[in-house]
Amino acid sequence: MADHDIALMAHLLRRAGFGASRDEVEARVAQGYANVVEELLDVGEGPGIDEDLMYRAYPSYFDKAAIETGQTEWVYRMINNRHQLQEKMSLFWHTIFCSGDNKVDNARTTVIQIDKFREQGMGNFQDLIMMLSQDPAMLYYLDNIESHKTAVNENYGRELLELFSMGVGKDGEINYTEDDVKACARAFTGWNLAPTIPVFPYGRTPFEFRFDPADHDFEDKTFLGETGPWNGEDIVEIICKQPATARFIARKMYDFFVADEPPVPSWRQSHPRDPEAIKTLEKAYFDSRYDITSMLRALFTSDFFKSESVRYAKVKSPAEVVIGTLRMVGQHTSPEPGLFFVAMEPKYMGMDLLNPPTVEGWHTGAEWINSGTLIDRINFAAGLLGDTDLPGVKSIIGRLMDQSDAIRPEDFVDGCLDLTGPLTIAEETRKELVAHVQSGGELRHGSESERQDFSQRTGEMLQFIATTSEFQFG
Amino acid sequence: MVSTNKDPVLAVFSLSGGNDFLNTVIPYTDPLYRDYRPSLAIAEDQVIPLNDKLAFHPAMAALMKYWDEGKLAIILGVGYPNPSLSHFRSMDIWATCEPDELGLTGWLGSVIQEIDPKAENVLTGVNFGRGLPRSMAKDGVPVASVGDLSSYGLLTDIEETGQRDQALDLFGRMYSPVLGRGVVSDYIRRTGLEAMAGADILGTAPSKYSSTVEYGNSAIGGYLKDMVQVHNAGFGTRVLFTTAPYNIFDTHANQAVGHSNLLMDVATNIDNFMSDLREQKISDNVTLFFYSEFGRRAMDNGSGTDHGTGGVAFALGEHVKGGIYGEYPSLELGKLEDGGNLQHNVDFRSAYSTILERWMGMDAKSIVGGSYDQLDFL
Repeated sequence: MADHDIALMAHLLRRAGFGASRDEVEARVAQGYANVVEELLDVGEGPGIDEDLMYRAYPSYFDKAAIETGQTEWVYRMINNRHQLQEKMSLFWHTIFCSGDNKVDNARTTVIQIDKFREQGMGNFQDLIMMLSQDPAMLYYLDNIESHKTAVNENYGRELLELFSMGVGKDGEINYTEDDVKACARAFTGWNLAPTIPVFPYGRTPFEFRFDPADHDFEDKTFLGETGPWNGEDIVEIICKQPATARFIARKMYDFFVADEPPVPSWRQSHPRDPEAIKTLEKAYFDSRYDITSMLRALFTSDFFKSESVRYAKVKSPAEVVIGTLRMVGQHTSPEPGLFFVAMEPKYMGMDLLNPPTVEGWHTGAEWINSGTLIDRINFAAGLLGDTDLPGVKSIIGRLMDQSDAIRPEDFVDGCLDLTGPLTIAEETRKELVAHVQSGGELRHGSESERQDFSQRTGEMLQFIATTSEFQFG
Repeated sequence: MVSTNKDPVLAVFSLSGGNDFLNTVIPYTDPLYRDYRPSLAIAEDQVIPLNDKLAFHPAMAALMKYWDEGKLAIILGVGYPNPSLSHFRSMDIWATCEPDELGLTGWLGSVIQEIDPKAENVLTGVNFGRGLPRSMAKDGVPVASVGDLSSYGLLTDIEETGQRDQALDLFGRMYSPVLGRGVVSDYIRRTGLEAMAGADILGTAPSKYSSTVEYGNSAIGGYLKDMVQVHNAGFGTRVLFTTAPYNIFDTHANQAVGHSNLLMDVATNIDNFMSDLREQKISDNVTLFFYSEFGRRAMDNGSGTDHGTGGVAFALGEHVKGGIYGEYPSLELGKLEDGGNLQHNVDFRSAYSTILERWMGMDAKSIVGGSYDQLDFL
């Protein structure tokens, strides 16, 4: 198989999902890039994992009392959902439509929201925003339950425009005024929750949406230049028509799937790194009448995505570090002990799933890295890649042995880099790794003890690769 | 500013979850205390009197010696206006001194930056636990986060020492600056070297430490012991922070046993901490401040207590002027907030200001966001 096909497929699987073992990458290359993209986009019905198996092993997931249960189950799904893009999209929307357990404090309600992102995240954007505007966790988080006909609370109305659809501005212009925020907030008055059952002594029951017409402002409002007795669904319809909305989704998708971009608050002044790419995505948005799958198809089949210039152009998020490494080595691919501890790791690396620090979400890109998180990221990946009992690592060892009876140090290092990536590292770093292998003597694998030595040295080399600064990118 | 021969060191310990003030420092002669707490009131013959009105929960016995020495300050009714009863929100407020807006800069992050503006010593501030606590978070301020000092470091999975030394040596060479790889790569390399330098240095702490003090098995004991080891090793660490395991003080149920065990764990290990510092002869320049993000409801709920407001904070150290500071919130029904919560009378930023100005020798106003009356415990 051509090297570039493998590199391209590995890139697709890392971005449109959470990565894969080398064995899977090669199988997918045989399947063909365009076919793999279509398979990723075609999610059909059903959960994508064997739920019966999961619930049998982890019965507490069936009804999530604690947020940690929700986090652990989601990590299991991220590792194992065969519709990897569907799962990646639920994470994508979670990083944009942020509500957090630190305020909602109701794991069942929060996880229901993520389940909806999974089910609807690749459908129509207008339907998605309508779902969000009725999502109990979000309404509670952004105080829409405190928004009344006679005393409007602008929190949801504002964040809907600023952070969930249009953004503050584009191309030097602002997208909406304070009057638009007020009109938007008025339109969502009465979008509230059914009375909640007391936590003591009944436990945390999921919140439910309930529209209260008595509390809704039915008067005329002027929103983005259009006047009428707008209710929430009318606002959503107007928002979805705006070029600013297309731009917002396009830039978010580019940042999440293609290459790290500056954060949203600076989008009025900062230009996209690839304006043509953004235009392509915006066109797909309008041509398909707001269909997310169509935008994703345009993205993954584009030259700007396939280009070598955007390979390894994103700092891996903690979720990608953890789940990507687990999928590469083949751990927790079915229920086994230890999932909880692994599921808590993204939190220590700065990404507390289901609990973003604010409604603006996480600071991404280089900001994932600081002296504390870097040690965690390195130790986690090195710990797994150095474990020569894991299936993914064994497979790498086997492939290297198959290459030759006495593999040269340069080929050994290049082989390890290829099989964990394909990863390109600085020449100086590569030389250091080669020198290290040379100092360990010849790499033979004839006798049993030679094979053990070879395995151990491979595990060690994979650990070194996991510590490189290049390995922090995905 | 209190004088010590060496630079003042601040240790901060957050009792995460909302420590029950009423059952920690008990108004044992107030009949309302027993009225409100039919299930949880501590019997009068079991409490440890501090004076004729207030007493310690019996599980706090290990701290009595410091009270008798006059080195333990108890700050009553500490909180802030418009209190939040949400753990996260309240912890954030204590961490960032921002009660209304969302703050992302921790007060201790500002302290570390004040001490070491160019971040020349990556170990100026150390967290004992995992992740980066909001209290210490500030852009550009490196903080080492040590879960367990004995196993902290890079590539700790590589067990064989010779092999690990080789790996770390290689790491150092791999991370040396390489031009032209881009801003983010450069940043990662710099961060990697910083992290490795910090880990290298921290790794030497256990070998410099020898003590007769036994800390037991709890997480709190482990963190406090690690704090002593780091202080003992003389790395120039000036801010040490730790938290009790996440939310462990949130005693909504089974409080009689649960809270008693927690207080025992805390008191015993703080006693170990101070005794150890004294044994190593390094206690003179350390002040320990421990607090919780809020207190709990005056009335019990049958088995435990729910979130409340005004709580208790403590300062302990050789230069602390022991005693009672602030006033015990009134238990009268008319004086409770929302029918059950103790009113605070000391703003937590007063306690911080006292520590910053009188112990750390720095300007408090810019760090806590305003001028607050100082207390006299330092």
